[in-house]
Amino acid sequence: MKLSGWGRYPVIDSLPEFPVGDECVMKLIEAHGSGPLIGRGLGRSYGDSALAPTAVHSAYLDYFRYFDKQTGILRCAAGVSLASVLELIVPEGWFLPVTPGTKYVTVGGAVASDVHGKNHHIDGCFSEFVQSITIATANGIVECSKTSNAELFCATCGGMGLTGFILEVEIRLKRISSSFIQATTIKTKNIAETVEALDIHRSATYSVAWIDCLSTGKGLGRSLIMLGEHADDGGLQTGCKARLSVPFDVPGLFLNGVTMQAFNSVYYHRVTKAKSRSLVSYEPYFYPLDGVRNWNRLYGSDGFLQYQFVIPRKAGIEGLTVILNRLAASKRGSFLAVLKLFGEENSNYLSFPMEGYTLALDLKRSPEVFALLDELDDVVVGLGGRIYLAKDARMSKSIFQASYPGWESFSQLRRQWGADNIFNSIQSIRLGL
Amino acid sequence: MNNVLIIGATSAIATAVARIYAKRGDSLYLLARDESRLLKITDDLRVRGASEVYSARFDAQEFSSHESVLDRVFSLMKQVDVVILAHGTLPDQEACQSSVEVTLREIEVNALSSVSVLTHLANSLEKQGSGTLAAITSVAGDRGRKSNYVYGSAKAMVSVFLAGLRHRLFGKGVNVLDVRPGFVDTPMTKAFDKGPLWAQPESVAEGMVAAIDRGKAVVYLPFFWAWIMRIVRNLPSFLFLRTSL
Repeated sequence: MKLSGWGRYPVIDSLPEFPVGDECVMKLIEAHGSGPLIGRGLGRSYGDSALAPTAVHSAYLDYFRYFDKQTGILRCAAGVSLASVLELIVPEGWFLPVTPGTKYVTVGGAVASDVHGKNHHIDGCFSEFVQSITIATANGIVECSKTSNAELFCATCGGMGLTGFILEVEIRLKRISSSFIQATTIKTKNIAETVEALDIHRSATYSVAWIDCLSTGKGLGRSLIMLGEHADDGGLQTGCKARLSVPFDVPGLFLNGVTMQAFNSVYYHRVTKAKSRSLVSYEPYFYPLDGVRNWNRLYGSDGFLQYQFVIPRKAGIEGLTVILNRLAASKRGSFLAVLKLFGEENSNYLSFPMEGYTLALDLKRSPEVFALLDELDDVVVGLGGRIYLAKDARMSKSIFQASYPGWESFSQLRRQWGADNIFNSIQSIRLGL
Repeated sequence: MNNVLIIGATSAIATAVARIYAKRGDSLYLLARDESRLLKITDDLRVRGASEVYSARFDAQEFSSHESVLDRVFSLMKQVDVVILAHGTLPDQEACQSSVEVTLREIEVNALSSVSVLTHLANSLEKQGSGTLAAITSVAGDRGRKSNYVYGSAKAMVSVFLAGLRHRLFGKGVNVLDVRPGFVDTPMTKAFDKGPLWAQPESVAEGMVAAIDRGKAVVYLPFFWAWIMRIVRNLPSFLFLRTSL
């Protein structure tokens, strides 16, 4: 079966396995003694991190185990999607403590990528709220947490499924009294203003900036900053299904420098006031793209590359200016360029966030884009930053090793647990893990 | 609140159906062979809102156990509002062709066990004077085709049996529903390449619960299979025999 990530590049031949229980997963691991196999959830990682000759899908491992409505402790199988979790918990007055920009990821995937949200500067990554994980390792089923098998826990959170197949996860939820978000949009004129505004508003629970990455000169880095706080009332509602869908691959011609620039400009000028407030449901606020099913088809059949990097705080405005200038000069902008201020990094071996600025871009795939991103890699790593593994499809081994200092200990731990011979993705092989 | 009995509760469609009833706050009784999975599904349905979830081991091929297992369900639940029959296997047609033994075993699992269970259930529901008896058959039962006539003929037998039960129980307060899904993306069909005709178990489950709520007799899921099968059934033999269906 042909298989790819959400960016639809690369595409490989992969044998799909759909285990229906924990025992089936262990049998698969034993049967595929030398791998390579990798766990796979909803396939929303962009690149090749969930691609392997054998992909173990978690689609039928989607059971809730328990949910304590008083304490907000939820335990479920790894294949449960964040969408299903929200549907269950929101009406009871609970929310995901950390959520990525789509609810169509599995809980197992959220752990494996140690996802972050718009509140990273305050709350950190998803793993912060994980109480324990059950993993099918090469040596059997193992339970781990911050206190027991702590090293395996730190390697598994952000470990891209390379320590074993995640079976169950227990998380600590966040109390809410409303499913609505009090959103504030601030319009900035350039990168300096953007960075300053993010900094001024760093006590806001949620904050993120959408950057017009094709604007040059004085307007370089002009943005719409979206702040958010959980509202106090408005009710506890869920259930916005995707109303729009992209039924086929949009021809490549559609996305070019002109349409991209027009879109970015319109999007920026849509907001007329310097500061505006509105009350919105959590779904459009956190998951704007979930409203359009198969939006990845907008980039045509060639697919696209997501590029998300982080640079340390001290590299700040100068670093971002260098990168934005290169992007604007290449005219290969992105429909969505998202900038965010990260808080402190955690101690997980391969977790992506570090204190500083992160920027995420979508770029239509072309040979020139690979060259551009290779150049940007050098700039990012030169500034002391790194690239997000859940979005990567092309980073070189040397760039990876230079930017993830925990990689050697991670590899060692993988050997210790016998994972190196079995659990491998196309990405892990490329990165030499 | 309804009391729902599901036989073959670990199947993908049955699990999806059970989740719909659980969300409504109904009481569920699950029967299936794999006890460890049954326990996980039980927990899951409780979390999703079911008021009670009971479960017991059930082996379709142990015919002698059917009556006592079902009696226990009726004595515990007092009243059973909905029964769903979802157990079954997907035979390997080629293996069946080369072995009478395999063929008969598949007929036993997919047809005779249902006949046994349905007989007991029909009697209990008739006595109760209410309820819906819904069984998952297949579009494959509509016309024998070379690619899966062992499965198809077993399902056809169940369909005709259900039609007879419907006739018998008409006016007795019991509705009999024959659910005929087309291609469904489940662990049973994981080896198949999926095309546009394939449906997800969740959407089949929704259609099934809607048909139960409306008291329908036969339902094709998704709906377009009714049209496809109308054509397949009415295709003249001289044409049909030349197809590779």
